[in-house]
Amino acid sequence: MSEENVVLKIENLKKSFGDKEVLKGVSFEMKKGETKVIIGPSGTGKSTLLACINMLVVPNGGKIWLENEEVTSAKNLNKIRQEIGFVFQDFGLFSHLTALKNVMIGLTKVKKMEKEAARELAMAELKRVGLEKEASLYPAQLSGGQKQRVGIARALAMKPKIILFDEPTSALDPELIGEVLSVMKNLALSGMTMLVVTHEMGFARTVSDEIIFMENGYIVEQSSPEEMFKNPKNQRTKEFLFKLNELYGE
Amino acid sequence: MGLVLALPISFGQIYGNKLLKAIIAVYEKILRSIPELVILFLIFYGFPRIGVRFSPFAAVVIGLGLRSSAYQSQVFRGAINSVSKTQMRAARSLGMSNFQGFVFIVLPQALRIALPPWTNEFTIVLKDSSLAYALGVTEILRQGGYIIATKHEPMIIYLTVAVFYFVVTIVINKSLGRVEKKLAIPGFDVKETVR
Repeated sequence: MSEENVVLKIENLKKSFGDKEVLKGVSFEMKKGETKVIIGPSGTGKSTLLACINMLVVPNGGKIWLENEEVTSAKNLNKIRQEIGFVFQDFGLFSHLTALKNVMIGLTKVKKMEKEAARELAMAELKRVGLEKEASLYPAQLSGGQKQRVGIARALAMKPKIILFDEPTSALDPELIGEVLSVMKNLALSGMTMLVVTHEMGFARTVSDEIIFMENGYIVEQSSPEEMFKNPKNQRTKEFLFKLNELYGE
Repeated sequence: MGLVLALPISFGQIYGNKLLKAIIAVYEKILRSIPELVILFLIFYGFPRIGVRFSPFAAVVIGLGLRSSAYQSQVFRGAINSVSKTQMRAARSLGMSNFQGFVFIVLPQALRIALPPWTNEFTIVLKDSSLAYALGVTEILRQGGYIIATKHEPMIIYLTVAVFYFVVTIVINKSLGRVEKKLAIPGFDVKETVR
């Protein structure tokens, strides 16, 4: 790969589960500091795409590069995964660890940092998501929005090159969505490279540099938010956006 | 002995290949389907026929240990499986190896879940140790029998034996309950989640 500034490049990515082909050749790339949002009906491979990027799900074909390293042929996946943050729909916080320890454990066990240094960094990340007071609480004692912010802090602490968000607000009550989105917005503004699967059109419209519309394992349309909302080219994109619009009444 | 065997067995049953899983399934089915007394007789009276001889005490330890390992492995298997799959995915996404994810994330949660049923199994083994009587090991029950032979007071003596078992079981239950409390974490207090 020769281009500067490209953090993530995906080429003709394919994935099947049994007979069902979920990803049928997906290609796109992301530059440093970009935020892209993936939208599309459920079951069209959005989550599978994210899981493939850090090889939690192994693709059947195609290639993925993280900067100059080919992920799909990498020998040391654990090393690469440290550089790709992942935020889960259902949080994925470690239930037996406090918020602070959740953020620390990747630093101490994977990055082999000293405990004190790890604690300091973890506290700083919790502060960044507004949760320094909740550091000693366990996941069961946190609200959904707080849990997801811990999840984001945990991903951030590893100093990843990109963070993947898999429907980060879908499991949240409406009044908790805002606090998570605002953390994500600040992250985007601070220059973090982010790939976000979400149905939050407000976020997509105001924060993202580009929206990717996926359906049936393909990228149907890919354009800037203004372009996508004002003037979608594909009939399916129009229909989908119309439905979302009806649903959320924007 | 049961514990030492049970943990690797449950790991094998969950993470092992097909052959290992099949072997363990058979092992566990057989041991869970035979009465303890029959297992003890097999080991103590049967095995010498094929040239393997155990002292009565060793036979009891092996017999109780093998059967208990089968039961305990099921306790651990259930506990490990009840830890959500997302926990391992999250661990891997941070760059942990499978082994690290298991040791640092899955196991600490599974052991907390396993503790109450494990306590239960422990007391069963404790009480079943009275079966050693049948092999001639001088355990409490037999000791009681000796005394009865001279004093002719079966009611009192057997009641004493019963009280002894009762006290030991309660004490062990209490102390394991204390361990449970000490390890308790919000979100893992099984008793309080269902209300």
